[in-house]
Parts: sequence; structure tokens; C-alpha cells
Amino acid sequence: MSISADDVKRALQAGVAAIAEAKNLDELKQVKILHLGDKSELSKASQSLGKLAPELKAEFGKVVGQAKSELNGAFEERLKALEIERDAAILIEERVDVTLPRTGFPKGGLHPLTILTNEISDLFLGLGYRVAEGPELESEWLNFDALNIPADHPARTMQDTFFVEPLESKLVLRTHTSPVQIRTMLENQPPIYVICPGRTYRADELDATHTPVFSQVEGLVIDKGITMADLKGTLDYFAKAMFGPDVRTRLRPSFFPFTEPSAEVDFFFNGRWVEWGGCGMVNPKVLKVCGIDPEIYSGFAFGMGLERTLMVRHGITDMHDIVEGDIRFSQSFGLGGR
Amino acid sequence: MKLPLSWIREYVPVPLDISMEELESAFVKVGFEIESIEIQGSDLSGSLVVAEVKEIEELAGHKKPIRYVGLDCGEGAIRYVICGATNFKVGDLVVAALPDAELPGNFKISARETYGKTSNGMICSARELGISDEHAGIIVLPAKCAALGSDAIELLEIKDVVVDAAVNPDRGYALSIRGLARELSASLGLAFKDPVSSVNPEKYALNKNGIQVSITDPDSVSVAFIRTIEAFDPSAPVPLWMSRRIEKCGMRSISLAVDITNYVMLELGQPLHAFDAEKISGGLIMRPAKEFKTIKTLDGQERKLSDDELVVADMNGPLALAGVMGGASSEVTTSTKKIALEGARFDPMTIAKASRRHKLSSEASRRLERGVDPSLAEISTARAIDLMAELGGAKYVGSAKAGEPRFAPIVKFDPNFAGSYLGFEVALETVEEKLKLIGCEIEKKSSTEWLIDPPSWRADLLTGPDLVEEVARNIGFDQIPSRLPTGNAGARLSDLQYRKRAVANFLADNGFSEVYNYPFVNPKYLTDLGFTGDRAKAFRIANPMSEEFPDLRTHLLPGLLLTAQRNQGRGHKNSAIFEIGSVFRDNVKLPEVPRLGTSSRPSEGDLALLLSGVPLQPLHVGAVVTGSIGKDDWAGAPAEFTWSDAIAFAKKIIEESGNTVEVSSSDFAPWHPGRCAEIQVDGKAVAHAGELHPRVLSMLGLPARSCAFVVILSALPFREVRRVSPVLTMPSATQDLSVVVSKDISAQQVMNSLRKGAGDLLEKIDLFDRYDQIGDGKISLSFTLTFRAADRTLTAEEVSGYRLSALEQASKDCGVVIRS
Repeated sequence: MSISADDVKRALQAGVAAIAEAKNLDELKQVKILHLGDKSELSKASQSLGKLAPELKAEFGKVVGQAKSELNGAFEERLKALEIERDAAILIEERVDVTLPRTGFPKGGLHPLTILTNEISDLFLGLGYRVAEGPELESEWLNFDALNIPADHPARTMQDTFFVEPLESKLVLRTHTSPVQIRTMLENQPPIYVICPGRTYRADELDATHTPVFSQVEGLVIDKGITMADLKGTLDYFAKAMFGPDVRTRLRPSFFPFTEPSAEVDFFFNGRWVEWGGCGMVNPKVLKVCGIDPEIYSGFAFGMGLERTLMVRHGITDMHDIVEGDIRFSQSFGLGGR
Repeated sequence: MKLPLSWIREYVPVPLDISMEELESAFVKVGFEIESIEIQGSDLSGSLVVAEVKEIEELAGHKKPIRYVGLDCGEGAIRYVICGATNFKVGDLVVAALPDAELPGNFKISARETYGKTSNGMICSARELGISDEHAGIIVLPAKCAALGSDAIELLEIKDVVVDAAVNPDRGYALSIRGLARELSASLGLAFKDPVSSVNPEKYALNKNGIQVSITDPDSVSVAFIRTIEAFDPSAPVPLWMSRRIEKCGMRSISLAVDITNYVMLELGQPLHAFDAEKISGGLIMRPAKEFKTIKTLDGQERKLSDDELVVADMNGPLALAGVMGGASSEVTTSTKKIALEGARFDPMTIAKASRRHKLSSEASRRLERGVDPSLAEISTARAIDLMAELGGAKYVGSAKAGEPRFAPIVKFDPNFAGSYLGFEVALETVEEKLKLIGCEIEKKSSTEWLIDPPSWRADLLTGPDLVEEVARNIGFDQIPSRLPTGNAGARLSDLQYRKRAVANFLADNGFSEVYNYPFVNPKYLTDLGFTGDRAKAFRIANPMSEEFPDLRTHLLPGLLLTAQRNQGRGHKNSAIFEIGSVFRDNVKLPEVPRLGTSSRPSEGDLALLLSGVPLQPLHVGAVVTGSIGKDDWAGAPAEFTWSDAIAFAKKIIEESGNTVEVSSSDFAPWHPGRCAEIQVDGKAVAHAGELHPRVLSMLGLPARSCAFVVILSALPFREVRRVSPVLTMPSATQDLSVVVSKDISAQQVMNSLRKGAGDLLEKIDLFDRYDQIGDGKISLSFTLTFRAADRTLTAEEVSGYRLSALEQASKDCGVVIRS
């Protein structure tokens, strides 16, 4: 039994009609199997071509090809239409409220002191400084004497410094990170470029702006030909990184036993001068104690409170938030990304 | 130091129109921070006049004394006012505010009806005029000090500017009008008239007529002058100009003799002490207390003296704590006519020690412990004698001197050093000008060698950098240019610093919040937590903030648990916190610390000893979790954080450092004795993790089953660069295996055996189920064994063979049987 051109035409018409009648994608899939599948009339017509004489083959082949292509076209068109219909109906049905908050999602956070320490360390690593650290329970000699703070200096009283029993142990909770500078100079020859972040202790009552346990970052540079201009430039660079490119700094003459000349550094932020820290040229006496020849080398040092930096920069108004460990505080800083 | 601008203007022609901003920045420029600038009298206006009290009528029947007072204000008629104060009598001069006057705080004076009378003004107290806090009574002016009806605002010098300048400890000379006037003149580029120039000490020649003085130790007091006067009128009033200046400087006017010593101290910076000369037996001697054991000081306190303490004594006993406070026995009183005036240059350290020992900080000790100009002992005593003669009718008797002033040495200075140290060009003329400005004398040996003789009041100028600071601050620190030096190539974090960051990031990333706890702990709390051994060996702080927390932490958990408790209290049912920090243990006998000098680098042996006297302070990370990480929301509840999570986190931290762990069961406070893992690396315990002890949790009010872990970050070895096996691309084959084993055998042991028996092609073992309801002391463990070969696809027969040999190994080692 052979298939005629009319058969093909009928099959095409039947197929087109069936496609048009398919109401959804599932029905359309069935229609496709029936009218375009291996066992469909049109497929059978294709398969029968092989048995035809060459002259008939070309003509009939063309008829079959056209029919198939037409039916395929109808199918694709219907498919697209039904898919749009499905999208409109079913996927819209599945629509969710994407604003539903996952408030339970785990929310960790670094303490901002960590974030700031990392940020400052990275800044100075970029300038070729090493990050130096030292013990918090420290030798009194390293914390005071070596820094030209003599035995009777007011800072060495029990009102300011925590001493550890027995007093003969000569151990104090370091009152600044400066003993790290001394350790660095005792252990290394210049050029020395270090930044020293760390926890420090002074006998202040906790209130909105003070805490007996606080954090400092100090910088120390010892090299040939280091001047106060180098100090100023380094502080400018540091301040801009902390408070933005428009920040201005100001040095005011001051006094510290371990620097000469000494200065306070202020920065201009939100319309006012804010005290930031102390700085100066390393006192030659301090260099000598560490075995560094002040005739050959000179250097500068600076030190800032990290809590103060944080408070100004992030608008923290109460020190209690920094020390109390409420999870909401660290969580609000996240991982510190900007 | 508080200084009235009116007083400064005596020595520096400060422009009348100077703004407060200019004034402040002039001080700041040369290194004096301004605490406050008070503009006094600006809110005072209208008629404020001198009046004499003519009549006083006491009005009875009121809750407090009320007076109806008749005043002669120079108006011809008597003016009546109501007054609530009682410290005045008929004939006294007072300050009257007339209706139209306005006092500070928008206090408008007007005629008003009160207590049944008409009050036509007010008699003023010092506080009402805004010139001091004194409000015990109204101001009674010295007799005949001014005409009735004259302007009291001018008389009392009320309109003034009082600047409070902070003085750094190296600038003792600036605790005086003289010192700060000099600084201000230099900063503003104005002329300066030295108050000392009008004093002539020569006219009070040394002789034997008055009280004599001697010094036993010139190191504690280098020079002392005692000048004696007689016929002093103890009832002579303090002139208003003097008492007002003293008050503006923040001190109180007491009596003429005392006020004169204070006035000269404020003016020149030299503390003086006035003795009642009649109460001195023989001469004065400045000496160590030795056999004198106590002294009763001016404030009425009986004070113990130490042997080596410096006192001013006569032959009978101590008369003053030298430079700190006078004694009661020789105090100048309302009947003192003969006065011995002491001015001495004490050693700053001696005074600082004494002041601290007696917890006595006086205006005198504050100046003396910062170092006073040694030339002032002579000059300031002469100045005070001048004033006593002028104001109190005193007659000069004689002067005695002991010791010699010691001045700072001459400094050799290369003037080019200024520019090379500051980092910009400073002309030699500028160096010269600025050094002369502060009072230095210069002898130029050559263009690179100047001999600098610092002024007598600048004992702190000893080195080149000291002089550079003087040059720089007088040029202005704002002239220093900005240059950025860079350091050494190859700067990087240390391995431990990298590790610290990685761990913090890991925990924060996984829902933990970082905290920084104070390292202060209560010893009983440590005992309650069950700490024993090294963790009970805490360092004690000699002077803790609070007696409740005198010890240094030996472990992170005590602090973390209290912070977890605080978070609970603030409604955070689920909280995960961590801290990275040092701990302190007094568990090693520390060597005795050598006494090291500071003049040169200590010997290497001494340094090594010094450094070994500082205990090691290991770096820990600790965490406490209550409830779960994350919390319930509409999408569901997160899994409870359990002991196994705590162990997994601790293990992960250690494994991330490149180390391999061994986990074993441990009974370690404050953890649950059956739910605590000890984690070892290379046979050394480096971490503990698990569930906390129920008793500890209930003690702290923390939720049941809360967990914790602690890892000693600084104890984890640093490993070489990691080397890894190639990633195999052939398909894997898996085999499941369920076994029954005694409860006493750990999963780790079973897995180790299975691994051993399964052969080289075993890629991994996963424990996917654990069932403990079998009874009979047995549990069931189910594993998936994954095998993979590098070069072929494994057949089912092959891997089931490996499974069997794994099982055989485990049954041999651990007595497992296959679960049917």
C-alpha cells in the first residue's frame, strides 16, 4: 500500500488541526508524537520514498518535505504560544514574595577593632612596614625605663598603671604599645619600619569615652635621614586612609619623654579638630638604650587610640558598646567589607 | 594654669581687639593646649556701685534671716534694699546692683515689693556677679577702697578674659604669668617686659640679722633664701587688685601675708613659704627627717615622716614638708608680725616623691616637681618683701642664703641640625632668632658649632633635639612639609598573624560574633568553673579596678561565658560569640629581673634575663554557643548547635592550619565530663570542645546544652607548604557497611580499622548513621566507603572484596559484627 500526495495533504491538515486543538503543553506533546513522531503518517511517507522510482521520488519528496516543514512550523508556533500561556498561568502561580526576610540566617561579625587593626596593618604593609606585636603583661623596664620614663614619673603610679603581684616581679599591664617598639629596636638593626597594634591598659574607670582596657596602634620608623617631614607625611597618609581624602591634619607641640620634638596630632573632621594621638622624633636617649647610634640614625614614632578612631569614624557614641560584647554590635559590622 | 589677660597685658601689649580664636591659636602654636577661655563680666550691665551700709533692720517672723538695709550709694539719699545675707555690719562697703542692672543669667534687677517693704536694688555676692563660686555671703569690700557710688565693675576688674592653659610637665616655667606672657609674646611677635626686671634683690643684703638657713644635701635643695621682716600689720587688708588676680587664677584670697606669697608664685613661678619667725627656734635647716617621725601640717593632719624625707626644721623639730606643705606650728596667723620668708630651689624628684607619698598635690608642689628657675629663689623673695613693706608696713630685718643655684649646662649645637632634623630648610638667622626669643645666649664658634647657654628657667634644654623643638614650635609646626617615606620590600604578616585573621574570618563567616572581653576575673568564679592546675594559677593585679576582679584570665571561657550571659539577658536566645586573645598563667618560676640602667644598651645577658622574666602569653581562640547559630524565622528553625558541632568547628580550625588531629574523650572543666573532646596535634593537647557542664550552665543561667570550644592558636605547628595528590578522574564505586559494635569503642577507632583494611584504593569513609537504641551495650554505625582507582573503573566484585577486608580488619581490631 502506497501513500499518495493526497494522503500527505490529509495528514498535514489533520496534524495542523490537532496542533491547533492542543490545549496545553502535555497535549501538544502527544500531538507531536502522533503527527510528527516516527509512526506518524508523514514519517511513514518519508520512509516510503526509498521504494519509489527516482523520477517520482523527487516530486513526492518535495511534497512530503513541504508538509513536514509546514507541520513543524505549526508545531513550533503552537509550542511557543502554549509556553507563553503556561508561563502566564502556572509560573505566575508559583510566584513567591522575594522580600520575605530570612531573619534567621546566621549573622556573624568581626569586632570593629579587628577590622580596623587589619585595615591599618594592610595600609602600612603596603608602605613596607612589618606588623610587630608583643606581650600585654610586660616588663616594667621595657614599658617605662627604656622609654625615658623615670622611676618617679607620675605615669608610673598605681593610679595609672596596673602592677602585678609580687611587685618584685616588675611586671605591669603595658600602658601603651611602645614596649613593642623597644623590643623591635633591641632585636633589629635599622632600617626599621613597624606598625604595632595591640591591647593596652590604664587604670581609668569605664565610662562613655574611657575604658581601662583599650587598643592602640603605634608606628615606628628608624632609618638614615628621617625627619619630622617624614612623620608629617606618614600621618597625612594614615589620616586620609582612615577619614577620607579631604581630611587635614595638624601638629601641635607637646611633650612625651620618649620623643623630642613631640607633638599632638589632630585631624579636621565634620567641621571640628579632633585629637587623634601623640607623635614625635624618637628621643636619642631611647635609641641609645636600644644600641642604635643616634649620630647615624634618626626616627619617628606615633601612637593613636583605636577606640577613639572607631568612635569618630563610625559615629559610635558610647564606649560600653565596644567593650560589652553584645552580638548586635559586631554583627552590624559584618566582615568589614565596604 | 589660669591667667587673666589683664595681668598678661602688664608685660605683653596684647591687642585689645584680639579675638578668642586668635588668642587660643597663639597658645596652641607654641604648645599650650587651651582648656577654656572664660570671658568674665560680659553678661553684666547697668549700675553696679560701691555703697556703704548705713542702717540694718532685722525683719523677724521669716523662715530665714532677712535684713532691710539702708545704703549710701553716693546719691545723697539713703536707698533701701532687702538682703538675705548677714555677713556685714553698719559701716561696711558693699556692692549694690541698682534697678536697671542686669546680672549673669539674665537676672534683671528692679525695684520690687517683698517682705512688706520696697527693695530698691540688691547687695551682691561674688557668685551673683559671676566672679567666683563664693556665695556664703555678700562681698564686703576693704574699707575706703573707693568712693561711694563709684563703678564696682571697674573696681573689681570684673570684665576680663581668663585663659586656662594646660602646661606640659617639661615646662614648669610656664606655670606663671611670667612664663606664659613670654610664650604669648613670642607667639604673637610682640614685645615682652620681664616682671623680674623691676625687682632689685640687691637692696636686701645678706646679713646675720634675720633667721639663718643651712642645707645638708645640695642634691635635694641647691639654693635657699630666707628673708626676715618685722612690724608687719596682720590686719592690713588685701588690696582688691591682688585678691581679684589671685581669685581669677583659681586660688582663694586668705590673708595679706599668705596672699603675697601666692601672688608672687603666680607672677614669677616660685613657690614661697612664710613662717611665723617668732615660732622658729634658732635657724632653719633643710635636712632629711631622720629622728623627726611626724609633722602636723597646715591642713591639721598628723603625717608620718620617712627617714630620708626632706623637711625644713629648726632645732626643735620639723616646721614644713619641704616644698609640699607648711607645718601648723609655725603657721602665719592673724597675730603674726615677724615673718621669715622661704624661697628655695628644690630637686623636682624629691618633691614629686614627697607629694606622692603624702598624697598631697599643692600649687607649690606642682611647680617645684616640674623644676623652678634656680635664680628665682633670690628674686622672688625680694619681690615678696617689697610687697610686704608696701602693703603691710613691714620692716626689713635681714636675709640669709644657703647653697648656690645650679644652672643647666651649655649645649654644643650645630645650627644646621635644625633644618636637617625638621626636613625643611631653616636659615641660620632663623635658628638664632628663635633661640634668642626663648632666652638662650649664643656663642658662635663656627658655622657648624654654636655654644648655647639656655636661660635659667629652661633646665630641660640639654640636647640638639631639645633645641630643635624650640626652633620648630616658634616657627610653627604648620611649616613642616609632608613627605612619605617607605620601608622595606617584602613586608608581610607573620604566619601567626595570618592564622589569626583566617580564624576570625572563618568564625565570623559562619555566624559567630567577635567580642573583646576584659581579661580581669574573679578567683572564686574560676574555682566555681572547676579550674584546677595551670588554669588556677592566675596572676593577681596589685591595684585592680575592682576588688571583685583582681586576677588575670588564665583561659578565655570565664569571660566568654559572662558575655554569653549578658547576651541572654538582652534577649538573644541564640548567640554564638568568639574571642581571640592572650591568656596569662603564673605557672613557671620567673627569673629575678636584673636592675637595668638606661644610659646605654644593657648587656645581652641582662637583656635575655629581662625578656625571660616576662611570662609567655599564649594566643587562644574561644567560642560559646547558646541555642543555635541563626534563629527561627518563617522558613523554619535552624538545627540546635550541639557538642558535635563544637568539636567540628575546633577540628576545622586546626585542620585549616595544615595539621592533622587526634580526637579523644576528655573530662575537662567546665565542659560536660561525657561530652568533651580533647584534640591533639603531634600528641599534644591543643583544643577542647563539646557541651558545657550542666552545673556551670545552671549557675550562669545559660540554656541547657550550650557548647564551647577553645583552641590554642599559638600552639599549632606551622606546616610546610601543602603537597597534594592528583585529582583522579575515573568513576568511583561505593559500598555501604553497617556494623554493630560495643559502645566503648569510638567511631574514630572503627574508622581507623576500616581504613586500614580497605586498602589503598579507599578514597574516603563517611559515617552516615549512628543508632544507639540496640541495647546490650552496643551501637550500630553505618558507613559509606568510596573507592577510586587512578587508571580504571572499578568493578563491583573488586570493591566488595575491599569492603569485606575492611570489615575483617575492624572485627579483628574492634570486635565489630556486620549488622543483619
